[in-house]
Amino acid sequence: MFSSISVAIPRGKTGYLVVLFSFTLLGSVLMSLSMGYINIPIPDIAGITLGLPVSAGADGAFELETLKAVLFDIRLPRILTCAAVGAALAVSGVLFQGILLNPLADPYTLGVSAGAAFGASIAILLNLSATLVSVPGFAFAGGCATLFLVLFLSYSPGNPAGGLSSNNLILSGIIVAAILSAGISFLKFIADEQVSVIIFWLMGSFASKTWPQFFLMTVFLILGFSVAIFFARDLNLISTGDRAAISLGVDLKKVTLILLITGSMLAAVSVAISGIIGFVGLLIPHMVRFLTGPDNRKLLPISALTGAILLLWADTITRAVLPHEIPIGVLTALIGGPVFCWIFKKTRQSH
Amino acid sequence: MDICLEHIDFFHGNTRVLTDICCCFSSGRFHAVLGPNGSGKTTLLDLICGFRTPKHGRVLLADTSVNALSRRTVAQNISLVSQNYEVNFPFQVKEVVMMGRHPHIDRFARPSRHDRDQVNHVMEITGITHLADRPVTHLSGGEKQRCAFARALCQDTPVLLLDEAFSNMDIHHTFHLMGLVKQAVKEKGKTVIAVLHDVNLAAGFSHELLFLKQGRIMAMGDTRTVLTQKNIETVFNVTSKVEYNAYVQAMQVYFRPS
Repeated sequence: MFSSISVAIPRGKTGYLVVLFSFTLLGSVLMSLSMGYINIPIPDIAGITLGLPVSAGADGAFELETLKAVLFDIRLPRILTCAAVGAALAVSGVLFQGILLNPLADPYTLGVSAGAAFGASIAILLNLSATLVSVPGFAFAGGCATLFLVLFLSYSPGNPAGGLSSNNLILSGIIVAAILSAGISFLKFIADEQVSVIIFWLMGSFASKTWPQFFLMTVFLILGFSVAIFFARDLNLISTGDRAAISLGVDLKKVTLILLITGSMLAAVSVAISGIIGFVGLLIPHMVRFLTGPDNRKLLPISALTGAILLLWADTITRAVLPHEIPIGVLTALIGGPVFCWIFKKTRQSH
Repeated sequence: MDICLEHIDFFHGNTRVLTDICCCFSSGRFHAVLGPNGSGKTTLLDLICGFRTPKHGRVLLADTSVNALSRRTVAQNISLVSQNYEVNFPFQVKEVVMMGRHPHIDRFARPSRHDRDQVNHVMEITGITHLADRPVTHLSGGEKQRCAFARALCQDTPVLLLDEAFSNMDIHHTFHLMGLVKQAVKEKGKTVIAVLHDVNLAAGFSHELLFLKQGRIMAMGDTRTVLTQKNIETVFNVTSKVEYNAYVQAMQVYFRPS
């Protein structure tokens, strides 16, 4: 009776999932790489990489150098940046949902996206967009400033969790985001002809992403993921409540603060690089939880991979399948919204 | 392991919750804390397990202040079953019980044979083995409390704090779990501090009673000596009759509807 119950975490199963999803991601990258204005079959990609003569494209009309540039200077950085952003948003979503004890929280709950959007709007308005770093730089600074403002509003040293409770944080986040949205509207109002630039930036895009942007995103992703996985078991306890976490030996104030900053940084860098892409951080952890259960040690890696795969496909659809490229943020909301409604309705009915 | 409180004062914002609390809870004894709503019972337990920090005074675990110890060390010594156990994430019951082993397992280590045996054993004795694979979000109130109780037992600490841990449980499970606790007090010398609402449950199981009212200790000591009509009247503001009941084999309190 007793020994028949296995309480060991079936890590083997998670291991298989990680391998399976990693190969799926690899396959998706290859397929996405071959798709686009110039169709380059996957076998030819290998040939082009090795510099062998291939007859790619519609009728072999393109030079090898052109194809190489299309693959490695245009498509690959975009594809990889997109995958990294998808993973970062998913990891950020897992962290926020765990800390805020709410499966419906997302990376933007604390107003990080509004802050980043405000920063970016200022940069665009001041016409700093000529230099490469300025818009993302301002967006990142805006996101961080918002985070610290929200933490400052919530923080109370006497409280066991430092006041960083779900209610305090969500309330502060909503207030700050509301002020910032008004600020963005004001900036749009005075922006004149730049208003369209602001609007397009806010809707998100992976067009013309470069290798440096990919490397930047990846550095943050690796750092953020490492911190998240380091505290994954503590996050499990935190997600079951303050008292439970503290009585089971979690340094609640410290761990909550570290994870909030980690989650927000991931969101801020993502927004800085590709604009506001909604629903990834909300939906991916939610969906993956059906597969892995709520244990963050499994949820984090699988969500990261799923986020990368799904955002990559969304971007590939808008880049290579649709007749006109539509902003990625709009696409994810249009697909993610209804999917979310469906999941929500379904889980309500099963209760 | 003994717990001693020295001149504890605690405030919620500007509201005084506890005033000059001095008491000791010794090992091998079952202590019950009784008092009306808002008398500071839960806060008392929060201070002992380090969830809150007193404004003045200190809580000593053996001879060290609880606030000077690492969170993990405290968790290896003190476990808590809190009043409400509401979880929004569908952890399985066995996963929740395994969480009790958290302070004993190193960060990246896997649960050992001993940890797994402990989880199975505790689920068995608390009667939740059949719920092992169920998500905790789908349990009834009483089942959730048993699950939280099992987690605390699994933590296997010398000190066990119970905060209204039986409020949603039926009589059978209440007596069964109280019996388990009492046995652990006797055989393993555990220190148990239980906040209870049911005076007669406290009378039947506890060695010592502590009466709290408006954040002050009104009476404390051996259950047989402090459980008096006078104390019940001062603390709860109700008239009662206290007498030895041969069937319960303990003092019992009787109330009459007025």
